[in-house]
Amino acid sequence: MTPFTHLAAVAMPLARPNLDTDQIIPSRFLSRDRDDGTMGEVLFRDLRFTAEGGERPEFVLNQEPYRTAKIIVGERNFGCGSSREAAVWALYDYGFRAAIAPSFGDIFRNNCFKNGLLPVVLPREAVETLMAQFQAMPGGAVSIDLPAQIVTFPDGATHEFDIDPFGKECLVNGVDELGYTLTLRDQIAAFENRYGRTNA
Amino acid sequence: MTDRQGSQALRPDPSTMFAKIWDRHRVLERPDGQTLLYADTHLVHDGTAAAFKRLKKRGLKVHAPSRTFATPDHYVLSSTKLIDAIPNPEKRGMVEKLLANAAETGITLFGLGDPRQGIVHVVGPEEGIIQPGNLIVCGDSHTSTHGAFGALAFGIGSSEVTHVLATQTLWQRKPKTMRITIDGKLGTGLTGKDVILAIIAAIGAAGGTGHVLEYAGAAISALSMEGRLSLCNMSIEAGARAGMVAPDDKTFEYLHGRAYAPKDAAWDAAMEMWRALPSDEGAAFDAEISLDGAAIEPMVTWGTSPEDALPIGAAVPDPDGQADADRRESMRRTLDYMGLTPGTRLAELKVDRVFIGSCTNSRIEDLRAAALIARGRKVAEGVTAWVVPGSGLIKQQAEREGLDKVFSAAGFEWRAQAGCSMCLGTNGEIGAPGERIASTSNRNFVGRQGPGVRTHLMSPAMAAAAAISGRLADVRRFEVMP
Repeated sequence: MTPFTHLAAVAMPLARPNLDTDQIIPSRFLSRDRDDGTMGEVLFRDLRFTAEGGERPEFVLNQEPYRTAKIIVGERNFGCGSSREAAVWALYDYGFRAAIAPSFGDIFRNNCFKNGLLPVVLPREAVETLMAQFQAMPGGAVSIDLPAQIVTFPDGATHEFDIDPFGKECLVNGVDELGYTLTLRDQIAAFENRYGRTNA
Repeated sequence: MTDRQGSQALRPDPSTMFAKIWDRHRVLERPDGQTLLYADTHLVHDGTAAAFKRLKKRGLKVHAPSRTFATPDHYVLSSTKLIDAIPNPEKRGMVEKLLANAAETGITLFGLGDPRQGIVHVVGPEEGIIQPGNLIVCGDSHTSTHGAFGALAFGIGSSEVTHVLATQTLWQRKPKTMRITIDGKLGTGLTGKDVILAIIAAIGAAGGTGHVLEYAGAAISALSMEGRLSLCNMSIEAGARAGMVAPDDKTFEYLHGRAYAPKDAAWDAAMEMWRALPSDEGAAFDAEISLDGAAIEPMVTWGTSPEDALPIGAAVPDPDGQADADRRESMRRTLDYMGLTPGTRLAELKVDRVFIGSCTNSRIEDLRAAALIARGRKVAEGVTAWVVPGSGLIKQQAEREGLDKVFSAAGFEWRAQAGCSMCLGTNGEIGAPGERIASTSNRNFVGRQGPGVRTHLMSPAMAAAAAISGRLADVRRFEVMP
């Protein structure tokens, strides 16, 4: 996993509450193998393209300067619904590295941490302010300092955010937690011995 | 049971069922609050190829094959048990990879052709694999289903599946708790599905985010195990990590004698632990909500989020009545997708298809309820109605009871093979653009049942009533034929 520390990039607004992971990647693409490198192509497939495959010009990702956005700004309950990790893979493989929203679906947020995509929770008013700034300054850059836990909006204002310390550690160091857990094998074995006795 | 007594001595404060289960499974806790939890059971389905591939790539083995149970459900066709009949090679490959991975790793597999095969969240309870007090995970968000047994069960992503395969553990931060109390008696024809749709309408699709829900109260205790499974199944649609119901005699009766349930002395020991699981009197929850069970009516969804649910007697809401501008805009977009005009009575909406199935509503009681409405009647002209049993065993049971004949005589298609089918269409079984579907599944998301398809969620009896009427209908207006 590539470490995440700082990012300054175009941010794309997607002002839809309860944006579910079926919208991020429809289920008919879940049998694809990520290693084939085609997940980014089907990101937001049915919002982005017509049935025939033509671009929907009204969808924000098909507009400049958002085609090269690396940050997505969403509404409440972003990434709710299905546990499909392919939703994160599609975002990441397209080029997104961070998501900002007032709240996220729990499983989606967990999946972000496992894949180097930073989920940033900001208060609803802050996200509304950010959305309004995109109207005034389309393509305005947003920057994120993960070690300091600060987001800087296009107008230069800074906003602190909270993040799970363990998730942050994994993102900043680009490590996944499995490697770490494997170092705890003795403790897992000890638990199993203890637990096995009372649950035989 | 010295462990339990010891814990009680150390725990003077009353405790929630959630906390009791959490504590039993804690391997270790980091100073930052992240906790390594041990999973009793890991359920696996045919969408798990990436997780096994990652495991193999890292040179790791399945840590606890005896705690890992697999069955194909997402990619199997509802028409046949033959893998070779799956026309799309990529989808066929998903089933084949599950079989190969199971054979290679020694995990238990209920494969195609085995009557125990079915939807993973139907099979787990049916086999007695899911037990009170357990911690259960699966790479599927509807794992919350299993909380119906007084278990802590939640969905995880593919990376976490690899983590559980490799270590039988996973990292979690302790969620908050919310108790939802439903007292009063449910009306005739009302089910767990109506209750959960009413709850989600009340608290919203993010109302339970970061929480584990405990459903309590007289109306919940009165639900059958099937009803509780439907209820807990859709906890995720309220944004919750998990949902649970305290185990009681119904739970124990359901479990007793099932293949993987404890036997003899082990059963007695388990019962002692299970009976101590319910939340203690006076246990504190982070949030408390209550609804009047007697006021709940048959529910249907009108929009593209499960929170867009209303009683069948209601009308399509009007965006102009929304105070919040964003909410107004979002509702307009929803009505446009759903092809609805504000003020239209929900019971006037014509349907093209009916789907009775899914991990929410494909159990024997669901099929019986739908068959009661279908008996002696005919599916409306122009409506295609499918019934997809949740497992091979449910299919056999339904056929023993003659339900298949009731459905067929009424013009429903009795599908041969258990699986997720049209709930999400990963197997290619989807509706056509613009079609309106009355569905017993769990999600009415845009495109969920196919691009452009309009889904209305409801109970099995309500879906059967829609099939007969050709439009959404109030099941309470249907007399049950002798």
